[in-house]
Amino acid sequence: MEQEKQKAALNLSLVMGDNALILGHRLSEWCGHGPILEQDIALSNIALDLIGQARLWLSHAGKLQGGKSEDDLAYHRDVFDFHNFQMVETPNGHWGKTLLRQFLYDAWHHAMLQKLVLAQDEDIAGIARKSLKEVNYHLRWSSEWVIRLGDGTEESAAKMQDAYADVWPYVGELLQKDFWLKELDQWIPGFTADEILAQWWKTVREVFSQANLPAEPMDWLYRKGHLGHHTEHLGFILAEMQFLPRAYPDATW
Amino acid sequence: MANLETIEQALEKVKDPEIPVLTIKDLGVLRGLERAEDGSLKVIITPTYSGCPAMYTIEQSIKQVLTRLGEETVTIETRLDPAWTTDWMTEEAKQKLQDFGIAPPEGSSADKRALFGEEKQVTCPHCKSRNTFMKSQFGSTACKSLYQCWDCEEPFDYFKCL
Repeated sequence: MEQEKQKAALNLSLVMGDNALILGHRLSEWCGHGPILEQDIALSNIALDLIGQARLWLSHAGKLQGGKSEDDLAYHRDVFDFHNFQMVETPNGHWGKTLLRQFLYDAWHHAMLQKLVLAQDEDIAGIARKSLKEVNYHLRWSSEWVIRLGDGTEESAAKMQDAYADVWPYVGELLQKDFWLKELDQWIPGFTADEILAQWWKTVREVFSQANLPAEPMDWLYRKGHLGHHTEHLGFILAEMQFLPRAYPDATW
Repeated sequence: MANLETIEQALEKVKDPEIPVLTIKDLGVLRGLERAEDGSLKVIITPTYSGCPAMYTIEQSIKQVLTRLGEETVTIETRLDPAWTTDWMTEEAKQKLQDFGIAPPEGSSADKRALFGEEKQVTCPHCKSRNTFMKSQFGSTACKSLYQCWDCEEPFDYFKCL
């Protein structure tokens, strides 16, 4: 039992940590390229929060793996060892696409954290409590943008439809009740995968109804980002992100 | 070996590098000091935001101050739980922020609604008008958002509740 619990904690930390790391890296690509200064700063802030959270999750995962460091995990794993959803590694596209992807992830992230704060594992609950405060702000910001763009001008609405066509097919992976999600209800009181998903749908329906976007399930592909099956994009992200510590292993700040 | 009281006083000199009028004690970042039996000293701190880039500088400054006091073995432990909140900021700290031109957090951080919480009424630190609006939820650092005053028209930072 203890061993199973530890395995579940490791899987969870890797899914949460890798999603935060890869999405944080994607968002950092906007730095200096945002449409206006304030929003450029907003995305950089969110990227910073996510990278900070990734450090907490990956440090914890490293500890569970017998003393690896956050850097070992971030810089010295290859594509097939990453557990993030495929959605977060997709290219940023235009502003509307980045925002829609962000909103869909924030809604999931927020629903997860709201339950993880109840975990009996003090490390996990601690990271979740810290993160939830930050993610409250992320979700509010991305929700407002999705509504503003979806219900904005003719052009912004058209771009949101375009973003929807791009991003929505990746959503299925957030809603799969896969092993790592199922494992959690064994040891987090009150945690059910169904409840997380219901909360996600509630947030998404609420925002989409104002943003003129359809919140309908589709025949989603079974994507396995959380099992290490990724799109071609992740390799390019890692090539950029991992170059320095791999080429110069002794480099320090 | 200095006693903990002296150390605490010395650490009050450690400032937040982003907001140099506030010390880590004002902010509530300094959570505790522990002296182990072997004489080593443990400093417990908590980050304001998980990705706050000031934490590294703060750790370095703490070590510098303690080395000057003659401490030989210092470890810095980052404790996440209970998570940092703006409620821990002292009244004095809020006044210092205000004088520095940053609007201090208003009200308590217990705002649980993620979606569309009503906009906060924030006082302009320059002209004290309440007639202000949020320009951007995210500002120059992770802990601030950007506001503007309708009356004096000056933009200003607001230290947001967390």
